[in-house]
Amino acid sequence: MALKTWKELPVGCVVFEPGSASEYHTGSWRSQRPIWDDAKCIKCGICYVFCPEGCVQQGENGFFKADLNYCKGCGICAHECWPRAIKMVEEG
Amino acid sequence: MIEVRWHGRGGQGAVTSVELLAVSAIAAGKYAQGFPSFGPERRGAPVAAFTRIDDKKINVRSGIYEPDVVLVLDSSLIGLVNVLDGLKPGGKVIVNTHKTPEEIKKDLNFDGPVATVDGTGIARKEMGVPIANTTMIGALLKITGIMELDAMKASIEHRFGRIAQKNLNAMKRAYDEIQISN
Amino acid sequence: MHKRVGLEVTVAVAEAVALCRIDMAGVYPITPQSHIAEHLSNLVADGVLDAEFVTVESEHSAMSAVIGASSAGARAYTATASQGLLLMNELLPIASAMRLPITMAIANRAVSGPLNILNDHSDIMPQRDTGWITVFAENGQESVDLSIQAFKIAEHPDVMLPVCVNIDGFQLTHMVEPVELPTQEEVDAFLPPFVPHATLHPSRPVTMGAFSMSDYFTEIMKAKDEAIKNSKKVILDVWKEWEEKFGRSYKPVESYRADDADVVLLTMGSMGETAGLAIDDLRARGIKAGLVKLRLWRPFPFAELKAAIKNTKKLIVTDRAVSFGGPGGPVFSEIKSALFAEASRPAAYNYIIGLGGRDVTVSDFANMVETVMADAGNKKADTYEFWGVRE
Repeated sequence: MALKTWKELPVGCVVFEPGSASEYHTGSWRSQRPIWDDAKCIKCGICYVFCPEGCVQQGENGFFKADLNYCKGCGICAHECWPRAIKMVEEG
Repeated sequence: MIEVRWHGRGGQGAVTSVELLAVSAIAAGKYAQGFPSFGPERRGAPVAAFTRIDDKKINVRSGIYEPDVVLVLDSSLIGLVNVLDGLKPGGKVIVNTHKTPEEIKKDLNFDGPVATVDGTGIARKEMGVPIANTTMIGALLKITGIMELDAMKASIEHRFGRIAQKNLNAMKRAYDEIQISN
Repeated sequence: MHKRVGLEVTVAVAEAVALCRIDMAGVYPITPQSHIAEHLSNLVADGVLDAEFVTVESEHSAMSAVIGASSAGARAYTATASQGLLLMNELLPIASAMRLPITMAIANRAVSGPLNILNDHSDIMPQRDTGWITVFAENGQESVDLSIQAFKIAEHPDVMLPVCVNIDGFQLTHMVEPVELPTQEEVDAFLPPFVPHATLHPSRPVTMGAFSMSDYFTEIMKAKDEAIKNSKKVILDVWKEWEEKFGRSYKPVESYRADDADVVLLTMGSMGETAGLAIDDLRARGIKAGLVKLRLWRPFPFAELKAAIKNTKKLIVTDRAVSFGGPGGPVFSEIKSALFAEASRPAAYNYIIGLGGRDVTVSDFANMVETVMADAGNKKADTYEFWGVRE
């Protein structure tokens, strides 16, 4: 996409498409990914609460997983999970 | 243009007086400036306030250093501050005091015209308070002839509401009772 | 019919702002601006002005609050001085970059230290490059007129920039003097309702004040620079309309007896009228002196300034602030740069005057002219001096 010239910028650089930040897939920053062991998970949701990216989602079965389009692999969910149901594994 | 310097103490209403006088003069179609001596305000400390009145637009915005008239709201300031400082040759001094003009001339070691009136005494009798700032406007108008007393009515009424008439009565008495030196 | 009344200038300014039907004021009181804050809050409390008066805990919050209110589509106003303006500083370029048409009165006051509450321009000068349209008032009437015009200029769709009106502290703010206040009908006919270019609203979400990296930052700065330069057209139009409707003329640069003058004094703010009396004095004595007054500081009126002094042999620029270790006062350095490429330019002198409330009289201004006239060979040109400093 060609970058806009100064003349093409909207007044005050207002972004009129709400939520357009979702087009930016921060998942490319990740070198590790979280893996949930549903046998250990007690569905407390602490991973969901602590995820700084807001990418941990609860499925219909009540268990959690990360949206890998946005998960940066920070490991905070694994660190906070007290039943130790989340393990960080290397990408690639 | 006439330039007046008022001497008082913080809280005695010199600033209110210059404001009322300027507002009234402007309402009467004249040009006027009313302003305090710029700076911190401290109750009881000697303060000055200033009035300029003219029939044409006033352009000067520096301080008043050579007043035509000096009005002293509190005679205890005499000896404490030089109320004659910069007074124009032939300039007049008006003092709120129970003393005669001749006595004040002696106190001030001053040869020019002096006028006195017991503004505080009048204010106490007419309004029940020893605050002579509006009272002394009557004295100033008598001595300078800037405006008729009636010209003050609207601004005094706007400012003081139901106690306006007492202020106007005191102002009228100062106008009538002021004594002028030879 | 508008009325001519005696009012303290701060009160007159607050009345004028109320006539502009502001939606919101976020003001923190500071001497010598406080009476604007007090009178505006009285008008709101009395039900005269239907606006939200936000009692903030600092000037930083005041500017933050008006930025928020303006983003939501409110006509927002604030006022400050000195340290208060410095505390707002980090937010001023944000308001202009977001193109929010906030208006602000600055009751110009010296910046500490030492602590001093009196008038000079050391508060506004450090804000020069924040992207605010900046005008200076010379008297109470101009303070009122510019305060009303500010909204129309700021909110014009081709401008959408904040405007600050500089009103010298005490010399103007604390003066009771005659002003003509327009009527509500006159202001309504002059100033249409504010139509924002975008608003924060839950049902129509937008992002304001987004992050930008090097790929766009330069373009955004260029757009802001063009916006403030282009605002001059609108400023001139608004001043023309004002003259037609109210009979009082406003120009970016005002000249007084300067056309044939050998020596020209240049002032900005409340000292213009006093300096004008010195010009009358000098003329009466056969000295060809003139006065040029700079009303518009940003965008800087290059063409008008050059035209105003094109025949001048000696120019005396007065400054109300110091650029420590710099090329002279900030106005002087601006004027010199405006004249640098001119084939013929006057010998330019700089006097720094009126710092921290130091009074400058008619005879001071006359003495400046005579001092410069006596400088045969222009030996002291291009230098600056602190006028009247005790040596």
